[in-house]
Parts: sequence; structure tokens; C-alpha cells
Amino acid sequence: MTHSGPELKQETWSTNDPVLSVRSLHKSYQDQHVLRGVEFDIHQGQVKAVLGPSGSGKSTMLRLMALLEPADDGEIRLRGRRIGVREKARGAVALPERELAKERRNIGMVFQKFNLFPHLTACRNVMLGLTSVKGVHPKEAEEQAMAMLQRVGLSHRAGHFPSELSGGQQQRVAIARALVMNPDVLLFDEPTSALDPELVGEVLDVMESLANDGMTMIVVTHEVRFARRVADEVTLFDSGVIVEQATPDEFFDNPQHQRTRKFLSHVH
Amino acid sequence: MEFDVNIFVQQLVNPSYVSGAFLSVAVAVLSLVLATAIGFAVALGRTSRSRIAQGVAGIYTWFFRAIPALLVLLIIWNALPQLFPVLRQDWFSPFIAAFIGLGIVEAAFMAEIIRSALLSIDEGQALAGRALGMSPVKVMLKVVLPQAIRTALPPTGNEFIGLVKFSSLASVISLQELLTTAQVGVNITFRYAEYYAAAIVYYLIIVSLLTLLQSYVERKFVWTSRSKSKKPSVLEPVGQGVQS
Repeated sequence: MTHSGPELKQETWSTNDPVLSVRSLHKSYQDQHVLRGVEFDIHQGQVKAVLGPSGSGKSTMLRLMALLEPADDGEIRLRGRRIGVREKARGAVALPERELAKERRNIGMVFQKFNLFPHLTACRNVMLGLTSVKGVHPKEAEEQAMAMLQRVGLSHRAGHFPSELSGGQQQRVAIARALVMNPDVLLFDEPTSALDPELVGEVLDVMESLANDGMTMIVVTHEVRFARRVADEVTLFDSGVIVEQATPDEFFDNPQHQRTRKFLSHVH
Repeated sequence: MEFDVNIFVQQLVNPSYVSGAFLSVAVAVLSLVLATAIGFAVALGRTSRSRIAQGVAGIYTWFFRAIPALLVLLIIWNALPQLFPVLRQDWFSPFIAAFIGLGIVEAAFMAEIIRSALLSIDEGQALAGRALGMSPVKVMLKVVLPQAIRTALPPTGNEFIGLVKFSSLASVISLQELLTTAQVGVNITFRYAEYYAAAIVYYLIIVSLLTLLQSYVERKFVWTSRSKSKKPSVLEPVGQGVQS
């Protein structure tokens, strides 16, 4: 599809600006107001941990950021450019699914339940985005996929199907699958919540090494120790709004809000 | 009258039985292909969010599940040519009428099989495909469909075998399929047992071959690396089993 006429408003974006930013985001399901005006920014190379009780809206925010569901109101910008909608004179109109698909390429998503494709080997799971979305030649895609599996420590499992992998291995393949697309930002939706306790460590280790390599990451998690050690900033969600946002030391040692203190008293 | 083995064996190797069996299988294969194509479209309609698509697909399923296949064949062969001159031309043979008639009836049943197979795929699968940036068509072709086919295979095998037998209905529109072949022979010789026994043998052979084919195809959809061991891959770990 080609645009008729010039872009209405193409902001100039510099690397000092947020890679991904969210303004007054609202979302309701039936009569449940899940997001009530969320404001969120993440800069290049930052790692942000998002904590909060179940149903507080943190996973919903990720789904909206990943353009998997439309927002009711508010805006999402990737590198300064508004995504998910086309801006028209009478306001923003949600893009059709085909157009959304193109914008999703730049945002990686890792799911709680991995959602690997069971009919494909680990290697082909990682290749699929390259071949079917980016049109990379299968030979080249396989090389990139193998390199990515190597990075998550699973090149020896490349020929195995998801049913033959442990939960931790499946999640690492899922991370490789998202990573190989070279996204601007990687979103993690409770990546270790579905794992047996002894498998959590291997996934968090991979995520920490990505963080150290400068990957921009938003991690919705219950892993408080991971948040403290790896994140640049920790956010607390409650009832559809952001309650507190601070550096890990501030957040855990000197929380400003009563709600944060209460939450921390439950998880510590 | 005793069962005459000679007549039975004679009929078994009779070329008209072979060509009758071939016609039965050919009608079944082509109508299954047609039924799968229409059935997939109907299944997409039934699972679509569009009310119109839902309505059209619903009416199709309702209509063709209600009408006997025999009646559909008679309509296609006898009634439609009266209405449409193009169907009076030579190309419109009993064979074509048979596979189209059985195909559009069968489509209503295939639609239900395909719909339930599509619905059986975990929602997270399409979600993961979409998150990668795949277009709706790619999500369907590369993610959902390969998994749905596995679910749909066993009931489709049933339908396929059913179609081989349903092809005998085409005798009413003078298609010389397997059962008609037997019936024609019987009408001349009155050797019912021998001619019908020959037909039984052919049906048994056909269905046995189809069952083998089905299990072969199903094995292709077992997603473990061991099942693919006949083509060794460099990606596969060597000596994994030795350690244990």
C-alpha cells in the first residue's frame, strides 16, 4: 500500500528520545476498565521491570504495545512514530490487520506459555519469522537461527521439536525466535511464570545476558530478585495505573507509595 | 445353486471390475478434493466475524446436510441440464456429475471437520504468529493449518472411505463404478453370490489401501525428531541415547 500525500506529522526522533512510549493508554474489557491512562517510556538499551498483582493491567499493556490488541484510547509511539493507527483529520483510525502485521516486526514478544509452534523444530521455529515475514532465504535464515540458538545455549537442540524440550528450553527458543527478528524492543510477558522452579534460572540467565548486551527490554514479572539485579527501573502497576516508577534501589529500599510498600511486604 | 469359485475368480480378474473400482476411487478422490476446498471456505465462513459469511456458511451446511446425496445427484444429472443448456453438451459426463454432486454434499461435512480442527488449535499459536509480524494469510498457512490438518486427518480418512462407498450412488446416473459393474453382471447371469463376492473383495482391497495411506500420512504429522530418523540430519544430536 502506498500513502497518498505526505505523512501528516513525522516527528524527528533522536536516540535520546524513548524507543517506545505510551501516552494516556486506556483499555476496557466489557465493563472492566483494565488500563486507566498509562504513561510509560523506555529508552534505548534500558531494561524495565514491571511488577504488580494479577489483573493489575501489566500484561494488557504489553499486548497493546505489541499491537496484538487495539487500545481504546491513547497513543503508542515507536521511535517517535505513532503505531497501530493511521492518523486522519478526524482522529486516529485503527490499522487493518495486514498493516498492523508490518508494524509488529519491530516489536518482539515472549509469552508466558512460550507458544512455540509444535509442528516445527526449534530451528524452524526461529527461522519462520525470517522466511515468512522478512523474506530471508531459507539457507541464510537457518544460519541466523542457528546463531541465535547458540546465543541462548540451545544449538545442540536445534533439530528437536518443542514437545521434546523442557519448559526452560522452550522459553529460550521462544526468546531466540523473537530476537532473530532484530526488534527495537523485546517485551516479556511473565516469561518464567509457567516454569518449574528449577528451570527459571536458565531463562533469567539468558535474559540477563541480553540486557548486558544492550537489548531494550520490558519485563512483566514476579521475579523480584531479577528485577532488582537486572532492571534499570522498576514499575509497579495497580488497578490499571502506574503507582510507582523508580530505580531498583529506590523502589525496593525506599518506596514512596504506601501501595508499593504493601506489595513488597507480600512478595518479600 | 452352489457358489461357483470359477465364476468368482473369473470376475475378480475381469477388466470391467478393475475399471469400475478405478472409477469409484477416482470419484471419491476428486469429490474429497472438491469437498475439502469448499469445506475449508465454509469453515472459514463459520468461524469468521462477518455476519454475512457466517450466514452463508451456515445455510450451506444446513442445506447440504439435509438433502440426500442421491437426490443431489439426480438433480445435477437430470434437472440442471434442463435448466442450463451448457450442461447438455458432451463434456458433462456422469463422472463429472458424480464427483461434483458428491463433492458439494460432502463439503458440508468436511466443513464441520475443518471448523472443529481450526478451533482446536490453541489461541496462543496465532498470537505468536501475529507477534512475529506474520500476515493473517501467513498465520493461517504456516501456523494454524499445519496443526489443524493433523487433527482433521483421522475423521477425513473416515469421510474418504465413506465417499468410496457413496460413489455407488452414482449408479443412478449411469456411472459404471464398482457396484454397478457387479449389478450389470448379475442382471445377465443371475450369479448373485459370485458377482457380489467379487465386489466385496474389491471394496476390501480399496479400503485396506486407503487405511495404509492414512496411517502413512498421519505418521508424517508426528512431531518428534525420532519419527524423522530415516533422513539423518546434522542438526540431530548423535549418541544421545548411548549415554543413558
